[in-house]
Amino acid sequence: MAETINMPKLGFDMAEGTLVRWVKKVGETINKGEVLAEIETDKATVEVESTAAGVVRLLLVEQGAVVPVNSPIAVVGTADEKIEAPNTSQMSKVEGPAATVPEQIPIPAAGTASAPVAGPVKASPLAKKIAREQSLDLSQIQGSGPGGRIVRRDIEAALQTMDRGPLTVANVSSSVVHRPSSAADETVGMSKLRQAIARRMSESKTSIPHFYVSHEYKMDALMDLRAQFNRIVPEDEKLSVNDLIVRAVALTLRQFPNLNASLNGNSVLRHGQVNVGIAVSVEGGLLTIVCRGADQKPLRQISAEVKAMAARVRLGKVKPEDIEGSTFSISNMGMYDVENFAAIINPPEAAILAIGSARQVPVVDEGVLKVGWRMKATISVDHRVSDGVEAAKFMQALALYLEEPLRLVL
Amino acid sequence: MARITMREAISQAMWEEMERDPNVFILGEEVGVWGGSYAVTKGFYDHFGGERVRDTPIAEASIVGAAIGAAMTGLRPIAELMTINFAFAAMDHIVNEAAKLHYMFGGQFMLPLVIRAVTGGGRQLGATHSQTPDAVFAHFPGLKVVSPGTPEDAKGLLKAAIRSNDPVLFLEHATLYQLRGEVPDGDYVIPIGKSKVQRPGKNATIVTYSKGLEISLKAADELAKEGIEVEVVDLRSLRPLDMDPVIESFKKTNRAVVVEEGWKSFGVGSEITSRIYEQAFDFVDAPVRRVAQKEVPLPYNRTLEQSALPQVSDVIAAVKEVL
Repeated sequence: MAETINMPKLGFDMAEGTLVRWVKKVGETINKGEVLAEIETDKATVEVESTAAGVVRLLLVEQGAVVPVNSPIAVVGTADEKIEAPNTSQMSKVEGPAATVPEQIPIPAAGTASAPVAGPVKASPLAKKIAREQSLDLSQIQGSGPGGRIVRRDIEAALQTMDRGPLTVANVSSSVVHRPSSAADETVGMSKLRQAIARRMSESKTSIPHFYVSHEYKMDALMDLRAQFNRIVPEDEKLSVNDLIVRAVALTLRQFPNLNASLNGNSVLRHGQVNVGIAVSVEGGLLTIVCRGADQKPLRQISAEVKAMAARVRLGKVKPEDIEGSTFSISNMGMYDVENFAAIINPPEAAILAIGSARQVPVVDEGVLKVGWRMKATISVDHRVSDGVEAAKFMQALALYLEEPLRLVL
Repeated sequence: MARITMREAISQAMWEEMERDPNVFILGEEVGVWGGSYAVTKGFYDHFGGERVRDTPIAEASIVGAAIGAAMTGLRPIAELMTINFAFAAMDHIVNEAAKLHYMFGGQFMLPLVIRAVTGGGRQLGATHSQTPDAVFAHFPGLKVVSPGTPEDAKGLLKAAIRSNDPVLFLEHATLYQLRGEVPDGDYVIPIGKSKVQRPGKNATIVTYSKGLEISLKAADELAKEGIEVEVVDLRSLRPLDMDPVIESFKKTNRAVVVEEGWKSFGVGSEITSRIYEQAFDFVDAPVRRVAQKEVPLPYNRTLEQSALPQVSDVIAAVKEVL
């Protein structure tokens, strides 16, 4: 029995997605869970896995097409069964205008031609990395390493030549330094992600009455515990300060259900699960990855999950569940030497916690001046849902975990 | 700072720790009246007495087994194995007991045990007495494996090993006992599990330890005459393995040679090379090269033995290959 594959809904505010690339062609076999296509949403490029096993019989949309969520994009069946393209009457769940769905457009083989494939360029990983950063075309560079491999010195030589030549665009840093003050204005288009951020942040800041509460935490014990932990675990399992904060926040939220909530008309939806969103910086914007049930998970699991999700985000290959369903968010700029900042609430959540850097500062301890680790954090809260006292109590309760971090491992 | 030999450094470490802690004692073949087959415990028997410097039968399994039992009761034994080659006779005790008892009894027992063993070839002792199987022992979680390349490190690390509550295999290279070096005065301890840059440089990184350090530093001197500055990172312990200084150096030089005396297959070089690729792939500018022993049982004949062991010239050639 043939099955129809639909454009998945990957975010609560996702209305449509762009089908970037078909991974399977008509006539190819596919297993359940195998990647059928890549789609681009407001947030990221995501792989669409097939929900059925069999042979790809119909691809209903062309590459590049914008498709409403829940609209059919492909049909998977057996090799010989008679297939009919799904018509609009079957699309009971279609929310967008059904007329935008093309009827039946199997992609011809020639239509899938991608960019011309050049022969592999032999270059060291380091050379490739520098070339990527400097937007250099490796195929234009002669390699001096064994077998003509392009190595660092070749890249550096190429960059020097370019600096002397008339075209210096590739070396951004030097061109910025030498740019005359009368440089022409430049208009840069916004990516889908940038547009989504613009829309959602404007919506949040104009419709949600924010208030802010800051608190300074004593981090000595936590930094010490982390160092002890990291001494005994393998390199790839080391904990970040953020991992510890995620768990501390999740445990604290369990006592503050009103802050792990969403405003819903005249009622407040208090979420049963504590799903901590963590803002991750990507090229041209940021995404919020979600650590589900973070209050139920041990530190190492939180750390491993966050690492894996962050890696997928950086590759632009997030899974829908990586970025969907957070009930409270954390924005941590600790690694950028930030004293303190206030974040904008990620709707429909009721609050977000902004984390500054943990730094060694002079502190007064029982009248004695000492050096101590301190970290400032600021919670932004929806005043319709909660008030200052509750936020202040939350920040105090959080101190219990951050300042006596053994509680995080119990 | 006194300039002493590796032998004196190891001897001093044990002497000072035995003076410091009455629970520390030595057992092994010929360690007492004879003073040790490599003369490391000369004078110990007369000073500390037969109770604390115990000669044993020629039975390595019983030496390590007895040491494990003593450690479980709270003593701090230093078991000496005449060579690491004889550790194979005690393998069950080393890997199935010493490395695992703390874990398998849920932490009820500590094993503050040191097994000192002479490792390495180059002394014409034949195929079965000249092996460098350090990597074999570093394979097992639960066992610390330390192998110093300088007198300073030997003394500081052995003192740390004796004070450690975990079982430590302390590997002393047979041809390094006469190596001289500056050693700080007085009591000092070097923490186990910290690699160290023994010579700074910028063109390539040599990662090594033990005997490999000696030949790598000589190679570095030769290369410096040609204007090639290599950075030499000494692992000092194989488990725990501290990659931080290695990766930091590699990110600067982008080129590395790993020098070890053991066989190349499944060896220290394989491990270090993999970790460099795993942790610094985007900084690789040339394939990492490994210098190691030829894949043969080590010959007795001096010329053949030396041609099978890694030499200064091998290290120089490998560095030039990665440049």
